[in-house]
Amino acid sequence: MKFGVLMFPGSNCEHDAYHAIRKVLRQPAEFIWHQSTDLRDCQAIIVPGGFSYGDYLRTGAIARFSPVMGAVRRFADRGGLVLGICNGFQILLESGLLPGAMLRNRGLKYVCRQVSIRVENARIPFTGLAREGDVWNIPIGHMEGNYTLDADAFRWLERNRQVVFRYCNPDGEITAEANPNGSVANVAGICNPRGNVLGMMPHPERASEPLLGSEDGVRLFQSMIQSRSQA
Amino acid sequence: MQANLSITADVLEQHNLTQAEYDRILSILGRCPNLTELGIFSVMWSEHCSYKSSKLQLKRLPTQGPQVLQGPGENAGIIDIGDGYAVAFKIESHNHPSFVEPYQGAATGVGGILRDIFTMGARPIAAMNSLRFGPPDQPRNRRIMEGVVAGIAGYGNCFGVPTVGGEVVFEGCYSQNPLVNAFALGLFRKDRIFYGKAAGIGNPVIYVGAKTGRDGIHGATMASAEFDEASESKRPNVQVGDPFLEKLLLEACLEAMKTGAVVGIQDMGAAGLTCSTCEMGGRADTGIEIDLAKVPQREEGMTPYEIMLSESQERMLLVAERGREEEIFRIFRKWEIDAVAIGEVTGDGMLRILERGRKVAEIPNRVLTDEAPLYRRPVAAPARTSPPPPPPGPLSMDWGGLLECFLASPNLSSREWVYRQYDHMVRTNTVQVPGADAAVVRVKNTRKALAMSLDGNGRYCRQDPRVGAQLAVAESCRNLVCAGARPLAATNCLNMGNPEKPEIMWQMTQVVEGMGEACRALGTPVTGGNVSLYNETLGEGIDPTPVIGMVGLIEPLSRLRGSWFVREGHRIVLLGPLVGRPTGYSSAVRHNLSRLQPSRENGADVYTGWVSRLPCPPLDLDLEVRVQRTCREGIEKGLILSAHDCSDGGLVVALAEMGFSRFGAGTLGADILLPSAEEVGEALFAEYPSRILVTVEEENLAALEDIAGLQGVPVTPLGWVVPDVLSVRRSGSVVLERSVVSLEKIWRNCLGGLFADPL
Repeated sequence: MKFGVLMFPGSNCEHDAYHAIRKVLRQPAEFIWHQSTDLRDCQAIIVPGGFSYGDYLRTGAIARFSPVMGAVRRFADRGGLVLGICNGFQILLESGLLPGAMLRNRGLKYVCRQVSIRVENARIPFTGLAREGDVWNIPIGHMEGNYTLDADAFRWLERNRQVVFRYCNPDGEITAEANPNGSVANVAGICNPRGNVLGMMPHPERASEPLLGSEDGVRLFQSMIQSRSQA
Repeated sequence: MQANLSITADVLEQHNLTQAEYDRILSILGRCPNLTELGIFSVMWSEHCSYKSSKLQLKRLPTQGPQVLQGPGENAGIIDIGDGYAVAFKIESHNHPSFVEPYQGAATGVGGILRDIFTMGARPIAAMNSLRFGPPDQPRNRRIMEGVVAGIAGYGNCFGVPTVGGEVVFEGCYSQNPLVNAFALGLFRKDRIFYGKAAGIGNPVIYVGAKTGRDGIHGATMASAEFDEASESKRPNVQVGDPFLEKLLLEACLEAMKTGAVVGIQDMGAAGLTCSTCEMGGRADTGIEIDLAKVPQREEGMTPYEIMLSESQERMLLVAERGREEEIFRIFRKWEIDAVAIGEVTGDGMLRILERGRKVAEIPNRVLTDEAPLYRRPVAAPARTSPPPPPPGPLSMDWGGLLECFLASPNLSSREWVYRQYDHMVRTNTVQVPGADAAVVRVKNTRKALAMSLDGNGRYCRQDPRVGAQLAVAESCRNLVCAGARPLAATNCLNMGNPEKPEIMWQMTQVVEGMGEACRALGTPVTGGNVSLYNETLGEGIDPTPVIGMVGLIEPLSRLRGSWFVREGHRIVLLGPLVGRPTGYSSAVRHNLSRLQPSRENGADVYTGWVSRLPCPPLDLDLEVRVQRTCREGIEKGLILSAHDCSDGGLVVALAEMGFSRFGAGTLGADILLPSAEEVGEALFAEYPSRILVTVEEENLAALEDIAGLQGVPVTPLGWVVPDVLSVRRSGSVVLERSVVSLEKIWRNCLGGLFADPL
């Protein structure tokens, strides 16, 4: 399955995602410059982490205007797989591809560490190889990961099974201490109603080799590949 | 040229130039300089740019070795790591700006060192920093530290370089003079190295990056003067960083270098356009002529003086092959960065500055660089006081309580509060996260990894600058060896007081002497670094603080070792002597232990109090080399499973640290049997160097003892890795017993508690 990895000015995890796809999962991948509107026949798009446009104004707020995002929206509307990681998640929120917004972390500081997340929905193409309740070890690194949404909309999101990952303790329990940024209901990742657009703060590409401390992120990429080989 | 203003003593003083230096300017030019020229001389002849007080000393350091591709004198040192790869690395201080404005001072320090690396063509793959502040119980020191840490995080995280390690030290002498030393390391192919040389007469000189503003004018001269009460008003001298622009500059520069059209390139750091032009010309023996009207400017009405001395960040100067400018311009347009030809390389060796074609300054390049003043300043050893006589009698103490006090010290506790703010994982190469003896990043597509460590100890250097510097080098190497690396080369940052004081110059000569001796013994040449002098406020100087940055190679990567216990049942073995030879240090250790109160009431920092009363421990460099060799061989043969350097806090602190939990692994304890001949407190808490704690499988102990025997290194099997509890026994009785979980809690909560951080 061919992956396209977007590059905005200020992206800095694009090479990491590319490496995970090419060297770990042995799948074709290509970088796509933000000025381009051609997604080069990719079957999945990764909106990578980093500081697009320096996070100036608001995270993701400028990148959403890049020409490539129009193409990504059309791709998503056709059912294409779109994965936004960290800053990529923030860009998907700003673009309206996913609902809600990010606040600054509750501790007001950047947080880089390993966390545990629990798989809440294993019926979407990103988690097909996992079971609900699985606990993944995976790193985060962000200043604005405090996901928020008004109460009614959030109830709707939960009812729709759009919460895909929550921060948990190593035993899989959803606790306040396990929440690294103050995110509502420990949300670490959400999808759109159709399940083909996923945004997540943790970095699966940073958890894709035993040397890096965890391989749990590989299951996410493998699920994506498997979902398309079945289709 | 513009009309001369009268250069009075006041004007000279504002420029930090002496009358003798001014006389020299007059004789070089054969006329009076104008103000622009005076400004150019003042920054290039400042301590910061010219190293005029330290250069003669630094020449005594070893700089050669088969692994060294570039020694001191360029933007960074370069070493060969085999298979066609090379790494560029360097450390640099940003002490003065960080005191004036902690966030921006530290952030631009990171920005500057990153540019030093990528200007050579290397992509930065790791950053570290060495930080020193006053005691954290004082709000002002906490404020400075919060700003510095946030500034490093803000810049490095956005740029996309992992900040993988470093050190944080608290000591009274840094209250008015915090030290912020930033290190960066970059990777490239060794046939793709770029230098800061303006070669090729007629080649265009191209300005790239941020526009020039009025920020940071005279930053270099500020960094070369002592602070006083008026220093708060120096804030406009501090530059403001834009890490986003720097990231774009990095990508654009590396892409431009691939075209083959770049002849030479240098960043505009201290002294901005002045330094980059005359240094690039100086290195190539050429001249440079630029027209300031072409320089992209952020503000209107800037004078030639301001443009030449501005320290606006994120700017580079490059020299391109004539006729190929457009290839470069195209790349910079793609990244939306200014790139403008502002002049050309000439054959007359002059730095010639024009403004709309009118000459405003003209100085021979070489008098600004290679021929800057050099001082052999007077040196005088300070008067020595003899240490107090040791009291007689045995010691008995609540050793477990003392260990708890030590672990609760800001100087020994977990640094997680700091490194959690740094993205230490971006680029997915970090195979040893912060908190270990050395930071380790792998090199993708090879079997190699690079280990790095920063070490300094002002406290010991104050007592004995020569041995203190040796200890810093030895510890830095030892840290790498514990991770499974072969140390290759060093960089250094000398942080000292005012060199015009003979006792400070004495400290410098001693530090350089000791550093050179240790680097020679350990086979790690010094490839560059930085000197930060005048770290004094109101005449109060810091401890002489050389910070050593060491880089080593782990190959194959399977030799990587952590500094934590691996599994229950493993043997714990000490390489090196349990206690050192009887010296003034050992008697001082016993003497001071007897006066310690193991109490943590009122946040007392027992450890820092105790260690600052001790003299410098002795170091036997020959033994140090053999201990490190034993450890390396034990790892290479697969015998040693984990290794941890015994340094700050002594043996028992190191044992506790080896048992602390990591993500995905719980705590482990140790069951330790001390040989009955040894005095308990000295064995557990003294900071003797040349000691490494290792773990091995029981059946491999004999083989490790054989290696150590051949090296003539003492080996002491101390005990076993066990669950949960750290216990120390001697002659059948328990002298210390604590749950590792409770020790870890104390150790982990110290800094977070001080900064009252909810997360």
